[in-house]
Amino acid sequence: MEFAATVTLPALMQQVLVGLSRTTILFIVASGLSLVLGVLRIPNVAHGSLYMIGAFVTYTVATVFGQSAAGFFIALVVAPLVVALISFLVERGLFCHLYEREHLMLLLFTFSFTLVFGDLVKLIWGSDYRSLTAPEFLQGAFSIQGMPFPRYNLFLLIIGPIVAAGLWFLTNRTKIGKIARAAAVDREMVGAVGINVSWVFAAVFVIGCYLAGLGGALVAPTQNITQGMDHAIIIEAFLIVIIGGLGNIWGALLGALIFGLTDSIGILLWPQFAIVFPYVAVVTVLLFRPQGLLKSTW
Amino acid sequence: MFKALFDAKILISCSVLLALMLMMPRFLPRFYVYLFALMFAIALLATSLNLVLGFGGMYQFHHAVFYGFGAYAFALFATKSGLPLWIGYAIAPFCSAALGLVLGLITVRLNRLYFGMMQISLGSLVWAITYRWYSFTGGDDGIHGIPLPDLVGSSTGAYYFNLIVAATCLLLMYMIVNSPFGRIFQGIRDNPERCQAVGVNVQKQQLTGQVLAAFFAGVAGTLFVTVEGSVFPDLMFWTLSLEILIMCLLGGWFIFLGPALGAAIIISLRTFAGIYTEYWTLILGIVLMLLIFFLPEGVLGLFLKKADPAAKREG
Repeated sequence: MEFAATVTLPALMQQVLVGLSRTTILFIVASGLSLVLGVLRIPNVAHGSLYMIGAFVTYTVATVFGQSAAGFFIALVVAPLVVALISFLVERGLFCHLYEREHLMLLLFTFSFTLVFGDLVKLIWGSDYRSLTAPEFLQGAFSIQGMPFPRYNLFLLIIGPIVAAGLWFLTNRTKIGKIARAAAVDREMVGAVGINVSWVFAAVFVIGCYLAGLGGALVAPTQNITQGMDHAIIIEAFLIVIIGGLGNIWGALLGALIFGLTDSIGILLWPQFAIVFPYVAVVTVLLFRPQGLLKSTW
Repeated sequence: MFKALFDAKILISCSVLLALMLMMPRFLPRFYVYLFALMFAIALLATSLNLVLGFGGMYQFHHAVFYGFGAYAFALFATKSGLPLWIGYAIAPFCSAALGLVLGLITVRLNRLYFGMMQISLGSLVWAITYRWYSFTGGDDGIHGIPLPDLVGSSTGAYYFNLIVAATCLLLMYMIVNSPFGRIFQGIRDNPERCQAVGVNVQKQQLTGQVLAAFFAGVAGTLFVTVEGSVFPDLMFWTLSLEILIMCLLGGWFIFLGPALGAAIIISLRTFAGIYTEYWTLILGIVLMLLIFFLPEGVLGLFLKKADPAAKREG
């Protein structure tokens, strides 16, 4: 076990940057999960599956366009929308009849979708892994103090703040965002003033799932697109939501930062057990703040 | 004491069932003997989950980690220590219980949903370490060809061993559920605030329940090793935990034997669906959806409701 093999300053900086771009993906996925948890109170286990579907659809759409730059960006737009459409159908068709059930039932119900989506992906795309290359101008790497830093990661670092700003705008400046925040606190009251809570829920659910699809689409060029990527991401997203505070989008950002950075620095320190570092961070946070870092919505 | 615990009808039907099961290996082909032995292990696992889920109202989302931990503890003991194998059977459940204590100390202070999500997360850490630690746990491949005592080496031996251990553990759990502790536990499930108000230390009781459930899950883990002779990281993967939750839901989690029935149904379904299709999880997913929509009390719950018109009237 080569513990703390080569920790130099440039290597550390490089890992921090890699960690930050990982944070972008984690934030996008976890904020969607957090949104659904906060407003609808559903611990959506199928969120990871939607992320996986997002990645696979991105691959397919980009391949249809010959993996060109334009194709990639079309896929980046289309894939999350496909995921949003799927989630819309699921919500209106099935979920909306179950909101009165307890959390456990809802969790198991979303789990049934994890099972179904997992096998459907296997049916449609087969069990081989797929890989997608980023457009030409996003390939290659910058050099930062002699260490290479992939351009695509820089692209992610630009996308992250845009999504965060968009979410801030959505929750604070739009009518639906304000209604959704109100519904998270007291759904009966929101219903009582004459707002159709059911459709607000549908909208929030679709937006949350859209974010899962977007995360999957953005991650597609950086890793192999495989079965099982749903299971990996969902646990990470849960952890992030827990340390951030259930339902709090800024908490998700903070959690994603903690998770992404401890993970990437951990890889530098102790590659075989890098996965331990974020968990230790999570447990430490929870020992001092059992309800998460920021205020939870419920 | 037994008179108070069992009414005659239940006692008789359970003894008949047990007697039937004791005779079965004489008539059944070997594959079924193996299948039933596996079923006993999983039935015990599901019942141990229900101890905290159905009777304690705790969101035990990652129960499989205790099961896998027990199985691994036994496997590592059997392959690495060189001591008599029966000691491994005695030690492994306590290892699981210890893990239950450690995880419980962190999670039990959290409220229900937080508790469950935190447990999934921490359990996944245990899984990840097992998965990565090639030199000790065999990593991805797991451990195969685990030596077993001669007595349980044959499939019939494993069958009887699992049957007796599982039945004993079920009896113990039944006694726990009906003990003063069990009553308090159910009180906490129904109204934690009120229990707190009358002086029950809710978190301590929940921690005790967690440790007990982990212990029995560990026993189930050793039974699994007895049947399969191998362990692998999937035993503590969180999807297995949710599958056990499905078993509890399917059988009915307000009834003591419900989860065991659910386990039997799921195992048989998986085995026989697996012959025809590789898309078993698709079937499971659809079954689960239908179940949640149409049969939230579980199979046994529905059956008892039909059999007992008084319960039906009460709604």
